[in-house]
Amino acid sequence: MNPARKPSTAPGSPGALAFDPEAIRAQFPMLGATMHGKPLVYLDNAATTQRPRAVIDSVVEHWSTTNGPVSRGVHALGSLATEKYESARTAAASLLNAEPEFIVFTKGVTDGLNLVARSLGDELLGEGDEVVVTELEHHSNFLPWRQACLRRGAVLRVAPITDSGELDLDALRAMVNGRTRIVAVTHVSNVLGTVVPVSEIVSIARGVGAAVVVDGAQAPGHLPVDVQRLGCDFYAISAHKMFGPAGAGVLYMSPRWVDRLEPAQYGGGMVELASAEESTWITGPHRHEAGTPNTEGAVGLGAAVAFLGSFDRAAARAHERSLRDAIVAGLGQIPKARVYGPAEGAPIVSFGLEGVHAHDLATVLDAEGVAVRAGHMCAQPLMRRLGVPALTRASIAPYNTHAEVEALLDGVRRAGQIFA
Amino acid sequence: MLESLYQQILLDHSRHPCHHGRPERFDAEAEGHNPICGDKVRVFVTLKDDGIEEVRFEGAGCAISQASASMMTNALSGLSIDDAKAVRAAFLDLVAAAEPDKSSGERVNEELRSMSEVRRFPARVKCATLAWHALARALGEALKGSGGPPSGSVGGGKTG
Repeated sequence: MNPARKPSTAPGSPGALAFDPEAIRAQFPMLGATMHGKPLVYLDNAATTQRPRAVIDSVVEHWSTTNGPVSRGVHALGSLATEKYESARTAAASLLNAEPEFIVFTKGVTDGLNLVARSLGDELLGEGDEVVVTELEHHSNFLPWRQACLRRGAVLRVAPITDSGELDLDALRAMVNGRTRIVAVTHVSNVLGTVVPVSEIVSIARGVGAAVVVDGAQAPGHLPVDVQRLGCDFYAISAHKMFGPAGAGVLYMSPRWVDRLEPAQYGGGMVELASAEESTWITGPHRHEAGTPNTEGAVGLGAAVAFLGSFDRAAARAHERSLRDAIVAGLGQIPKARVYGPAEGAPIVSFGLEGVHAHDLATVLDAEGVAVRAGHMCAQPLMRRLGVPALTRASIAPYNTHAEVEALLDGVRRAGQIFA
Repeated sequence: MLESLYQQILLDHSRHPCHHGRPERFDAEAEGHNPICGDKVRVFVTLKDDGIEEVRFEGAGCAISQASASMMTNALSGLSIDDAKAVRAAFLDLVAAAEPDKSSGERVNEELRSMSEVRRFPARVKCATLAWHALARALGEALKGSGGPPSGSVGGGKTG
């Protein structure tokens, strides 16, 4: 019984996109690999996804035919490279439903969030002001704010989660007050898969005039993201968590901020006028992109967006959900296994096996070719809240299959036997 | 491959660690922390006139880090300082060196030798060496503090 395996096509519309996990899978060279002599079962997609042939080829093609200085040269190649780079910006903008002039290229979510924490932190935070984050945050949306608060004499407040792993919205509401300047939240928990109600947080923050910064690392690979509908001020994503290259990402800056926020870095390409006496910065996203950019990363990001648009994403979500449900149900049958997190959420499942440390469990799985994450997953405050030193996490992409879920569950059972 | 890593002796040590728990009296302590997995181990060294009276540890972590710490306390308690340092060097060579010295296996006891398979799991080498790095710091502190006969200091305060 495996309904999600059946290729599905949106009914009615001619030329509608289809979704077939095997057809998706065939586009990923890495997924044909073996590890320890076993077929690779890649379930560490929340850490980084694999890259499809189209993304790989896009980078090679750029290097082979359009590589040149971006936004600098007068020569033809410079123009070709600039065109490639800017069309990637347009692609990223369409992914987030924003206009390209609000899309800043970054190295990824960590880079984007650090940029905001530095520039916005300096702009908004004073002695006694407050920043609200949540217990769900990855270190990359926790530490930059902690450090910004330390620099500015501000106070970092951490909104709690409920026992089921949802954000406690009432507690967050009670925490936000007249001193709150910034609310920084994850869209999707990288540990529990919890989907955070960003729109509601935005309306809470708007009530006191606070800016909202969203860590979108885990979202666009799984969910439709519309920054205008969310209404947030900043939204950061990484290409490598949505089938693109590592070291590339974008930061959406709302119209309110993009032209006025002080750049976090200075250098080439962002300057209007430069002299010892007076220097001014250009407006638009390039204001925040000092230095020669990661052009091939941007090109690969653009290709990843095109890849995301090449299949029926609603059907892919249904498939991912069926895999998630199968993992949760399967673990429920294994003695001493425990799943953490809410009943509903993104296809990210963190679990523990009583008597077996997460790293030992991951090593047993690895020996079966099954790649999962084990540890604190860069979310130590959340681990403390859950009362565990470490967890094991299986995170799903559209190319995963029910057979792979079975391999995971077999491995967990085996670990249970070894450490019985 | 997996069976040679998780041998019965390793599983036994991880389930029932030896010399486990904070001693009443010790000369120095040091903590080892693996930021990747969050494993923590605290090693306590008590000296005697001619060497190490006892090494103990406390902490929680994966089977490999716990077993390695337990085997370490067995292997080093009662040794002279020089012998303990030699065993430590041989063990680290055995589990972590790109090309371990042939004699390293002979310079450690059978229990420790059983952990040499860890070297085939590069992501787990740090688990096996965690307690041994803490030991080096604790031993260094203890020797610095003693400056001759052991101080016999009463445990409880941080020495480091």
